[in-house]
Amino acid sequence: MSTILQVRNLEVQYQTPAGPAQAVNGVSFDLASGEFLAVVGESGCGKSTMLFAIAQLLTYPASQTGGQVLFDGVDLSSLDDEALRLRRWRDISVVMQSAMNALNPTLTIGAQLADTCRAHTDWDDKQIAERSAEVLAMVSIDKVHLSSYPFQLSGGMRQRAMIAMALLLEPKLIIMDEPTSALDVVAQKSLMRQVETLRQKLGFAVLFVTHDMSVVSHFSDRLAVMYAGEIVEIGATREVFDRPQHPYSVGLMEAFPSLLGAAKELTGIPGNPPSLVNPPTGCLFADRCPKVMDECRKSAPELLANGPHSVRCYLVNPKARG
Amino acid sequence: MSKTILKVTNLTRTFRVGGFRSRGTLHAIDNVSFEVRAGQIVALVGESGSGKSTIARVLAGLYPPTSGTIEFEGATLGKRMSRQVRGRMPMVFQDPFGSINPVLRVGHALQRSLKLHRSELSKTEREQLAVEFANSVGLVPGEEVLARFPHELSGGQRQRLGFAQALASNPALILADEPVSMLDVSIRIGLLNVMRKLRDEDGASLLYITHDLASARYVADRMIVLYAGRIVEEGTTEEVIAAPQHPYTKLLMSTAPDPRLPLGGSDGSDDLGEPPKVIDPTAGCRFAPRCELATDECRTKDPVKVQVSVTHHAACFAVKG
Repeated sequence: MSTILQVRNLEVQYQTPAGPAQAVNGVSFDLASGEFLAVVGESGCGKSTMLFAIAQLLTYPASQTGGQVLFDGVDLSSLDDEALRLRRWRDISVVMQSAMNALNPTLTIGAQLADTCRAHTDWDDKQIAERSAEVLAMVSIDKVHLSSYPFQLSGGMRQRAMIAMALLLEPKLIIMDEPTSALDVVAQKSLMRQVETLRQKLGFAVLFVTHDMSVVSHFSDRLAVMYAGEIVEIGATREVFDRPQHPYSVGLMEAFPSLLGAAKELTGIPGNPPSLVNPPTGCLFADRCPKVMDECRKSAPELLANGPHSVRCYLVNPKARG
Repeated sequence: MSKTILKVTNLTRTFRVGGFRSRGTLHAIDNVSFEVRAGQIVALVGESGSGKSTIARVLAGLYPPTSGTIEFEGATLGKRMSRQVRGRMPMVFQDPFGSINPVLRVGHALQRSLKLHRSELSKTEREQLAVEFANSVGLVPGEEVLARFPHELSGGQRQRLGFAQALASNPALILADEPVSMLDVSIRIGLLNVMRKLRDEDGASLLYITHDLASARYVADRMIVLYAGRIVEEGTTEEVIAAPQHPYTKLLMSTAPDPRLPLGGSDGSDDLGEPPKVIDPTAGCRFAPRCELATDECRTKDPVKVQVSVTHHAACFAVKG
């Protein structure tokens, strides 16, 4: 399988009154065509900022301060607005967190789908109508809703309509920013299954960000755990779930109650993430880590391969000195 | 058994919908009866549109009920609630960003509750109590947190403040409407632990409203499953989780995201359907259109409550008592 997206040492800073905050700090990964990579982490870990940087959607006070985003070998951050415009929807689509805010409330779903087609193709009205009905059918929405306004659809349907829009021009990569977090569990499961079915049929790659790792546990090929702007663990999804190695991943795994087994007390991960303006020296997770050692506070560990997945921790890789 | 603090009997709330030509009545909750006993956490579980938030709002007096009675601490509640009753049954809202005044210090939120509901206390006593409540929900150190502004608190801290505020009004029952659904997974568990602590150490009773069965199992003693405005199953938490009877409860169980479950493929349709909007309903089980077991009987007659055990009931024709 060919690599479709290569992210190399991506760095993003926010300008704040207290100084620049390093929201994304040297993130690197590859995404193969047709692959599903999930990125999980808590609020403020930089996961959404990273997506925005990859999609070249950062606005002040955030800006990319280093690294490359290579899509099909072309560095997206070196392109001008017009060159990016041509790639959006055709090559890369973005599905935002809140469909209600991403859809225009004053236009029908059909009008919004047609808008995208007109901006990127020379299809006539009939072709546009046919394609629009086709993509809606893919996400199990009846074509009568082409003339519905967003407020007439339920939350799950709105989110599916966003995905239909993302599919219009058959992009190679769909970036999803927490598309399930505003939905209840049944709608969540429906949406995830549909994304998976469509991915297998159409072969697009998915980069999916969520704070709830249980949502992606059965769907993604690989899983990256982010903490304070860095990837702390990345590997095959089942591998990370079954044998999490970084203490932060272990904590996340034990943070949600289960319907299985005996009822037991859970603790979550006490404490708060570190300041990104004045980050502490050493490992950024040290202050919250139940297994912290002296060397963790002296220097920051590097992300190193350890068997099937890579981990940023001295406990796992004693030689991971940066 | 501890005494009953809340007894809801045949509660119905309808809303008029539609315009001049197509006027209809939306049955948000329909003939709902249940009880909450002192020192218990009862979970109301259901999807969006099941009527669970409407129940909380009717109980909090934000909407008057269309029919039915609410008995709270032995007295039947009237159309208008006294301040005292509101204080005994405070509500913690879903959105921690929309429910706190952003221009006043955090301590004000607590002070105001104390001033209104515990006016007999002196100012110093109130200040001490506020710090005590802040500490007991994990806002430590209390003095320091209370001097901050809401924007300096994280979402999880804001929801903790919501619970502290509820405690300050001297409650018998706290209504918690999806208090954790807007929070990160890693923060949720801390708040669920606060709810357990309030029950176990402070003897509080809570009505916990959620769409997440797993979190309901974690905190609740009893569970009530709602579908399209009606109770479809109720029982002790472990009974319902170990042996769900109603097909809808089984659907909810199967959709709860859990990485510990084995990797299951899609079993047929990807579209799990959505709950109906119950406008001008006719008789029949409301889950029938989504139910695999549905028969003609289900489509024409309302199912009655079947007893599974003394503490476990389900409203379904397929369930044998």
